[in-house]
Amino acid sequence: MVKKRSIAQRLLAAPHILWSVLFIVAPLAIVVFYAFTDAAFHFSINNFTRLFDDGTFEVFTLSLAFAFCATCICLVIAYPLAYFISRANKKTQNTLVMLSMLPMWMNFLLRTYALSFLMEDTGVLNTILSAIGIDGVSLINTPGAVIFGMVYNFLPYMILPIHSVISKIDKNVIEAAEDLGCNRFQVILKVIMPLSLPGIVSGITMVFVPSVSTFYISQQLGPTDFVLIGDVIETYFKSAAASSYHLGSAISLVLMILIFICMAVMNRFSDDDSAGGIMV
Amino acid sequence: MKIGSKLYMALVFALLYAPIVVLIVFSFNSSNSMAVFEGFSLKWYKELFSNEAAITALMNSLILALSSALISTFFGTVAAVGIHKMRSRYVKSAVMNVTNVPMMNPDIVTGISMMLLFALCGTLIGNGILGFWTLLIAHITFNLPYVILSVMPKLKQMDPRLPEAAMDLGCTPLQAFFKVELHEILPGIFSGLLMAFTLSLDDFVISYFCAGNTFQTLPIYIYSQTKKRVTPDMNALCAIIFVTILILLLVRNFAADRQSKRPARKGSHN
Repeated sequence: MVKKRSIAQRLLAAPHILWSVLFIVAPLAIVVFYAFTDAAFHFSINNFTRLFDDGTFEVFTLSLAFAFCATCICLVIAYPLAYFISRANKKTQNTLVMLSMLPMWMNFLLRTYALSFLMEDTGVLNTILSAIGIDGVSLINTPGAVIFGMVYNFLPYMILPIHSVISKIDKNVIEAAEDLGCNRFQVILKVIMPLSLPGIVSGITMVFVPSVSTFYISQQLGPTDFVLIGDVIETYFKSAAASSYHLGSAISLVLMILIFICMAVMNRFSDDDSAGGIMV
Repeated sequence: MKIGSKLYMALVFALLYAPIVVLIVFSFNSSNSMAVFEGFSLKWYKELFSNEAAITALMNSLILALSSALISTFFGTVAAVGIHKMRSRYVKSAVMNVTNVPMMNPDIVTGISMMLLFALCGTLIGNGILGFWTLLIAHITFNLPYVILSVMPKLKQMDPRLPEAAMDLGCTPLQAFFKVELHEILPGIFSGLLMAFTLSLDDFVISYFCAGNTFQTLPIYIYSQTKKRVTPDMNALCAIIFVTILILLLVRNFAADRQSKRPARKGSHN
């Protein structure tokens, strides 16, 4: 009986394992293969050395810096919000959580488009600004607009995980801290903050990863020839004129490894596997 | 709640909703001005509905989302049961780690890696294969981890003695699965299906790299329409999508509210 079941068990997971090998492992192996070969498919590490010569390295640091800024701003805005939401009564809390989720369900292209519509030089904001006497300010097509676009797009991803962790904190723990002489500020700093670390970590990951690899936001809101690393990859794979799968693969590989390192470091901070159900 | 915290929340939500509200208001504008509301009209809605490319893209997206959600829910559920029953912890965690790769990788890397695979297959058979089938494969692949992750906890919560009891009472393992286990994990399967459907409907980046010229999804169409220019019929589309999501969320909340008020009757839906 036991023997018979174990054969069936293996068969159950088999299609999925086959699928994963074909469509997850094989594509990544092809990326590695392209990254380490030249146009004639001979082994070469030129794709990587070129990154330092043609300015790609600078684009990398710029993308990381932008994503870092956006993540920090998201955290600073979202943490108090999540905390305030968790202090409301149950019914208000549900409504507020729904309100923070709603924009997330809209496609990010439409959200970014809505933002660019509002910030356009001839748009509503600039018209209001010039009506009150501030003329000639360009909101869109600036690097700041790109960061704002990232914050605007990914803020809900920071609010929700932090809120879900804070709202689960045992009220008795907070009361105990108050009984033992903590004031409200100390309660937040010494009890709520450390306990909400898993939520902060998963929020940071959920904002940082899409920010660092975005390409639509920078094209839509940034200056004309402004590029982030996502734009470089997109050009190498989609533009007919400048297409190079080899260079694109090398950059993607570096990006992927960088992100995995960041996530591994982040996960060190919260040795708690209840965080987001993501196992590394 | 203190007045300060209320003010703060109002400010952040105003920030989140201002662009969408402005866009919706201007979708009723009779001119294509971005700053001045020159009069109410449904002109852009009429234009959107007579726009064949937009309607086709919407239908394409729905077909793709529905088929990829159904297929990935089926395979994902079977896989979750299979992985759950694995004895070796190492094999289990190895399979789970590989499964989770598309969830943790940036979308653009998943997108280009699959594009390379399809491009390679295309050169092998002599012509490009990008189209509906490559999109379907890509969507199933990135949906699978989400389905597995929503079914897996239900399997872990289930008392392992339940299927054993069923088999002691004369069920074959297959009968035990369909009569006992499936019933226990059904909520997980449904939430996985829903998640897969919305993720697939919403995806742009991976689709962008895996779609050819023959099959355009709604996000890809939106991308081609809004890149560095303003098209007022996209405002109308945005308004329609926003209202649809709002209604769906309200219905879901309302249903959850009623369910929590009613005394729980286990098994009433069977």
